[in-house]
Amino acid sequence: MPPFFGELLPHILIFISLYFEVFLLVTFFERREEISKESPEPKAFPTATVIVPCFNEEKTVAGTLDSLLALDYPKDKLAIFAIDDGSTDGTWKVMQAYKDHPQIRLFQKENEGSKYKALNLGLAHATSEIVGCLDADSFVDPKALKRIVLRFENPETMAVTPAIKLHQPKNFIQMMQRAEYSFSVLIRKVFALIGSVYITPGPFSFFRKSVFDTLGPYRHAHHTEDLEIGLRMQTKDYRIDNAHDAYVYTVAPSTLRGLFKQRVRWVHGFLENALDYRQIFFKRRYGNLSMFILPLAVLSVFSALYFAAYTLFYAGLTISEKVTEIRIIGLTLDWPRVATDWFFLNTESLMLLSIALILITFALLVTGKAIGREKLLSRDMLYFMVCYGFVAPWWLLKSVYNTAFSRKTSWR
Amino acid sequence: MRSIDWKKYLFVLVITVSLFGTALYVSSRLNDRRIDEIRSIGDQISIDILSSETQFSLLAESSCKDLAGQSILSKEINSLAEKLSYTEERLGSDNPEVIELKRYYSLLEIKDYLLMKRVSAKCGTKPITVLYFYSNDGACTDCEKAGYVLTALRERYPDLRVYSFDYHLNLSALRTLISIFNIEPRLPAIMIGDEVFYGFTPLEEIEAKVPELAESLATSTSTSTPKR
Repeated sequence: MPPFFGELLPHILIFISLYFEVFLLVTFFERREEISKESPEPKAFPTATVIVPCFNEEKTVAGTLDSLLALDYPKDKLAIFAIDDGSTDGTWKVMQAYKDHPQIRLFQKENEGSKYKALNLGLAHATSEIVGCLDADSFVDPKALKRIVLRFENPETMAVTPAIKLHQPKNFIQMMQRAEYSFSVLIRKVFALIGSVYITPGPFSFFRKSVFDTLGPYRHAHHTEDLEIGLRMQTKDYRIDNAHDAYVYTVAPSTLRGLFKQRVRWVHGFLENALDYRQIFFKRRYGNLSMFILPLAVLSVFSALYFAAYTLFYAGLTISEKVTEIRIIGLTLDWPRVATDWFFLNTESLMLLSIALILITFALLVTGKAIGREKLLSRDMLYFMVCYGFVAPWWLLKSVYNTAFSRKTSWR
Repeated sequence: MRSIDWKKYLFVLVITVSLFGTALYVSSRLNDRRIDEIRSIGDQISIDILSSETQFSLLAESSCKDLAGQSILSKEINSLAEKLSYTEERLGSDNPEVIELKRYYSLLEIKDYLLMKRVSAKCGTKPITVLYFYSNDGACTDCEKAGYVLTALRERYPDLRVYSFDYHLNLSALRTLISIFNIEPRLPAIMIGDEVFYGFTPLEEIEAKVPELAESLATSTSTSTPKR
């Protein structure tokens, strides 16, 4: 490997990653008192609408609606729009059980291949002060809406995102994502603190209705309408806050294939929207988001791919050496020699820096768990730290490929 | 215009640079310690050889039974070769300190080889020695393979004494050794007894051509071989 790719570039990329991680930790510690204190009751309860788009969710939609009905919020202030987006299973039938409920309104439409139209149908009928959405495979904590509403007491706040956790992770793939979600609890909070939230995720983000009245409804946005609206709001300097104690639980893909598909949609959507909104990169007037967060988010995709290639290259080299050795002298059944002398430990700067990076990542995970009021140490963190690096590059690669060659990503 | 907290960016930069600098510093200090350790093993061997030579001279008139054992030949040379080879891989073969250490090591090898010759001549032992000439200038594509063969040979015949030399190393004693044995610059070159093998030679071929190996008459200890 030429010295630039083998030595200088990995040092630069690790430096940037370290910088970002230290930045997260420092921002958290600056504001930790504010983050760790209990949220008071909101002073007022604005009228709210929750739009629940459903496509073939017969198994989970009842649970989703029940969790919304169980919200600790004045009944006369909360309307729920359940929208059957042309399901081909029994979703509409399940929804019928709620047709006479005073808080719930049912809609049915043809499926048009993307979620945003179902959301817009709900928006068109909403008359409340704030509107939010909830995917029909997610469930909310009873206190969630009150904690979100509290954030709207700041008149400048135009949208509020929740803390998303995983709903009953069972298998390995889901456990791995659990830690990742804990990590993003921290990320969402820090990004909100520095005015850099650019995703208002599908599960339970809320907006002032006026946002859509002024900026227009959701757009197709490469199947990531929740990202596009975030970026669109940022271009208008709209403030987006995060209620880190408003918990919403979402069902994560349980298979690698499902996870891969979901992530290709997310990352490809991010890259396409970043291209569409490239005018807000490196503009001083858009603040931290423009000068730091967005450029870093794009860089992180390529950085992860680079390190995956780097690892593959050296793994390939080691394997080919081993193959040569076996071809020359045959397979010896000796135990691999374990270096007992410190002399043979790898203490190259890249190795030491990688260890530092791993330790800080671990500290960030623990911080995320603490913010989300979860157990600080759990198995899922190990799964995440050990295995995530092996699976993520594949969807990153596919996403970059799709973006470069303008392939369409399907929603489902 | 939104505010950017430049002071925080600077503060984070200071922390990151300190972390980064610490890692670079520790890594470089540990490399220095490796070099020091190699040098001190070299010094130890140098004393061992000197002591053995002295012992040899003192006992010149007496019987061989005090000499015949391998006890007078340094065993540390094996560990030195391994550590030097590892360090060369990490720091690069053009690192001046690595080159210096290699010159030192080669000199020790030659002295060890000569001493062993004298012991065997006096006492009639027949140790099998291997002189291995390699190069890591990139042109020697078979040197890696030859390294594996020598490692396997050493494992099979623990009494074998392997001396490896970087053919192009700038060391006059080594140049003399090369010219005495007429080693051509066709690398890798492996000299066992009087037989010289050029290029990659499979293990079986070496074993077939050097029957002494099977007889395993050697009484000397073995040294390690860099895989280059």
